[in-house]
Amino acid sequence: MNNQVYINALACISPQDTLNAEQFLQSSEFVSGSPMRSIEPTYKEHIDRRYLRRMGRMVRMGVAAATKALADADIKNPDAILVGTGMGCLEDTEKFLRAIYESDENIASPNQFIQSTHNNVAAQIALMLGCYNYNFTYVHRGFSFESAMLDAILHVQEAGENKTDILVGACDELTDMYLEVTSKLNIWKSKVPRHSLKYNMGIKSEQGEGAAFFAVSNQRSQNTIASLDALRMVYKPQSSARLTDEIDHFLARQSLTLDDIDLVLLGYDGGGQKGDVYDEVVNSVFDGKNQAVYKHLCGEYKTAGAFATWLSCEMIRQQHVPEFVKWNAFEIDTIRRVLIFNNYNSANFVLSLLSHV
Amino acid sequence: MPQKIYITGLGIVSALGPSLEHTVEALRLGRTGIRKIKHLKTRYRGILPAGEIDFTNEELAEMLHLPSIKRYSRTALLGMLAAKQAWQHDEKLPLRTGFVSATSVGGIDRSELAYKHFMVNNDIRGCLHKMMSHDCGDSTERIADFLNIRGFVSTISTACSSSSNAMILGGRMIQNGMVDKILVGGTDALTVYTLNGFHTLKILDEEWCMPFDKNRRGLNLGEGAAYLTLESEESMKISGSQPLCELRGFGNTNDAFHQTASSPDGAGAYHAMQLALKRGNLDISDIDYINAHGTATPNNDLSEGTAIKNLFKDYIPQFSSTKSFTGHTLAAAGAIEAVISVLLMRNKMLAPNLNFHDRMDELNIEPVKIFNQDVELKTVLSNSFGFGGNCSSLVFTETA
Repeated sequence: MNNQVYINALACISPQDTLNAEQFLQSSEFVSGSPMRSIEPTYKEHIDRRYLRRMGRMVRMGVAAATKALADADIKNPDAILVGTGMGCLEDTEKFLRAIYESDENIASPNQFIQSTHNNVAAQIALMLGCYNYNFTYVHRGFSFESAMLDAILHVQEAGENKTDILVGACDELTDMYLEVTSKLNIWKSKVPRHSLKYNMGIKSEQGEGAAFFAVSNQRSQNTIASLDALRMVYKPQSSARLTDEIDHFLARQSLTLDDIDLVLLGYDGGGQKGDVYDEVVNSVFDGKNQAVYKHLCGEYKTAGAFATWLSCEMIRQQHVPEFVKWNAFEIDTIRRVLIFNNYNSANFVLSLLSHV
Repeated sequence: MPQKIYITGLGIVSALGPSLEHTVEALRLGRTGIRKIKHLKTRYRGILPAGEIDFTNEELAEMLHLPSIKRYSRTALLGMLAAKQAWQHDEKLPLRTGFVSATSVGGIDRSELAYKHFMVNNDIRGCLHKMMSHDCGDSTERIADFLNIRGFVSTISTACSSSSNAMILGGRMIQNGMVDKILVGGTDALTVYTLNGFHTLKILDEEWCMPFDKNRRGLNLGEGAAYLTLESEESMKISGSQPLCELRGFGNTNDAFHQTASSPDGAGAYHAMQLALKRGNLDISDIDYINAHGTATPNNDLSEGTAIKNLFKDYIPQFSSTKSFTGHTLAAAGAIEAVISVLLMRNKMLAPNLNFHDRMDELNIEPVKIFNQDVELKTVLSNSFGFGGNCSSLVFTETA
C-alpha cells in the first residue's frame, strides 16, 4: 500500500454492550446466550423516524451503526459507502416468501420485496445523507465485510494526495427460520476445540448477528484509532502448507516477522475445526503467540470479521486486552499490532493487520 | 495515466441462446428471446412473457458434464455455462487471478421451494440441501471451483447494476496492481420470488416490452449470465491472450432519490455517465453508441433519456435497449449488455431497439430501430441502474 488507511471512527451493535466500548472492554463479564442476538439501541436516537418506519431489523442495526460512525468522524458526505452482508435482509426475504405462498402469488404490497434487496443498507444510508457517491454492497460469505474493506483500500490508493473519507461496514441478522435451518444442519453444534482452557470462559459460539461500521480515511484525524496496514483473503487453500505460505508472504510484504505481532485474534467458532487446516495452521504458525478469540462474544455469522475488526481497534485504542478474550495466558503492556486470522466455514480465510498509530 | 484494462474473453447465456454465436445471430435477425413463461413453476406460466432460457436444469447440467444437479442452483448452472466460455487459463503461468461475480437472487430458485415445503409441512427436513445454496456467495464459489480459480473471490449485489459493478471492481484491481487477470460478470435465474416482486410493483408488461416508446408499459424479466476476462497489458504478454477491446472508463454513483424509483432528471445516471467519460479521458463526441439500461418502465426510460439528453445535449449518439431481446436479467444485465456491446463493436453492427414506434412526448429522442451492418463503433457506453439508486456506466473502446 502506498497510502496509509486510517480508521478514524467506529461503531458496533452486537450481542455485547459494544456501543459502550470502554465499559465493555474494561469489564470482566460478557453476555452469553443461545442464540446470540444483538442488544439493540433505541433506534429513534440514531435514525430519523421517517426512514425508521419501514426498515427491517438488519437495516436498523446497520444504519444506526453507520450513522454513529459518521457522526463520530464528523463526516456528512463520504466519498464511498461500502457495505458487506452475508445473508442480506433475511427477515424481509422470509416475509415476502411467506406472502407468495399464502396469497398463492397474489401479493398485495411490494414493500417486503423492496426492503429485501441486498443493497438496502447502503442505499438507505445514501438516501438519508443525500450522498451521490460510489456505493457498493458485497455479499460473499466470509469475505463480505473484507471485500468492502478491500474496496476502501482501493479508494485510498486511488485518492493520491486528495483527502478521501469512506464509510465501510457490515451487518447480518439472525431469524427464527435461519436458526431452524442451521440447527437441523448441525452446522454449529458446539464442540470445544481440544485446547485446554485456562479460564473457564465456556468458549462455544452460537449463531450470531450484528453490525459494525468504520469511518476510514487516507488522512489522520485527532481521533484516529488505528491503521489498517494489510488485508488478504484466501479462498479454499488446498493445504495447510499453502495457508502457511500465505501468512509468511503477508508478513513479508509488510517487512514484518511474527515477533512484530503483539496479538493474534482468532476466528475459532467452536464448531468442527478440530484438526482441520485452520486449526493446524494456528497451532503451527501461532504457537507461543498471544492469542485471543471473539466468536463467543458475537456468535458465528458471515460478517463476524467486522466485529473482530471493531474489537481489535478498541483493544488498540484502549491498550487493553480483556481477560474474556484471551485464548492462552499472557500479559501485555503495549499493543502495537494486532493480526486478525479469521475463518469462515473452512473456505474463507482472512488475514488483517491493524496497528497503533 | 492509469494502467489499461483489456477484455480478452467473453461468455454469455441468455434467452438468445447459450453462446456468443447464438447471441450475434439473434441480434442480426432481430429475433427476441422473450416469450410466454414455459419452465418456471408459477401461476403466471403461459401468461406473462419473459426472457427465459429454454433449457431445464437437467439439460444445463448435461451441457456442463456435471454428474448431478442436486447441489446446484439454476443461478450457479447458468453462471458456469457463461463463465466457462470466457475463462481460458493455464495455472502454471505466474499470474495473480481472481473472480468477481454478481447476483441478486442467489440460490432463491431452490430456497423458495424449501420455504414452501416448510410452510406446508411445518418442517424443514427433507429439503435442507435446498437452503444451502440460498446465499449469493454460493453460485460464485460453485463457479470458482468449477473453473478452479483460487485467487481473490468475491460477490457483489447492487440490484440491477450488480454485474457492471463486478466489472468496475475487477478493473480497479487490475489498475491498482492487485491482480493480473480477473473474471468478472454476473448471473441471475428467473425465480418466482423476483417475478412476484416485480409483478407486485406493477412494472411488468404483459406483452413484449417497448423501451423508450411513448406507450411503454413496463419491463419483461429475463434470466442469464455473462462473464468477461479482464487482463493487464503485462498479463497478456504472459498469457498470450489477444485483446477484444479495452474497458476504458467506468462510473458508479448513487441517485439518492428513492428506494426503487429513479429521479426525474436522472441525476445518478447523468453523473455515472459523466464519470465514466472522465475516467476514460473521453469527450461526449467520442461515444458512437449507447447500450441503454432501457428497462421499458415509464420511470426508467424517461429518467435515463433525460440524463442522456442533459449530458449529450445536441449530440445524442445512436442508442438502443437490448432488453427488448433478452428481457431484464437483473444482476446479470450489466455483464450481458457489456458482452453484447463488445460483440457489436467486433462485428461492426448496431442492434435495434425492438418494439419502438413513437417518441416520448417529453423527449424528442429515438433509438436505433433497425439492424445496421458495417457500422464503425470505436467507443461504446453501456448503462446499468438499479434499486437503491445504484447507477453504473461502462465505456468500451476499440484496441489500437
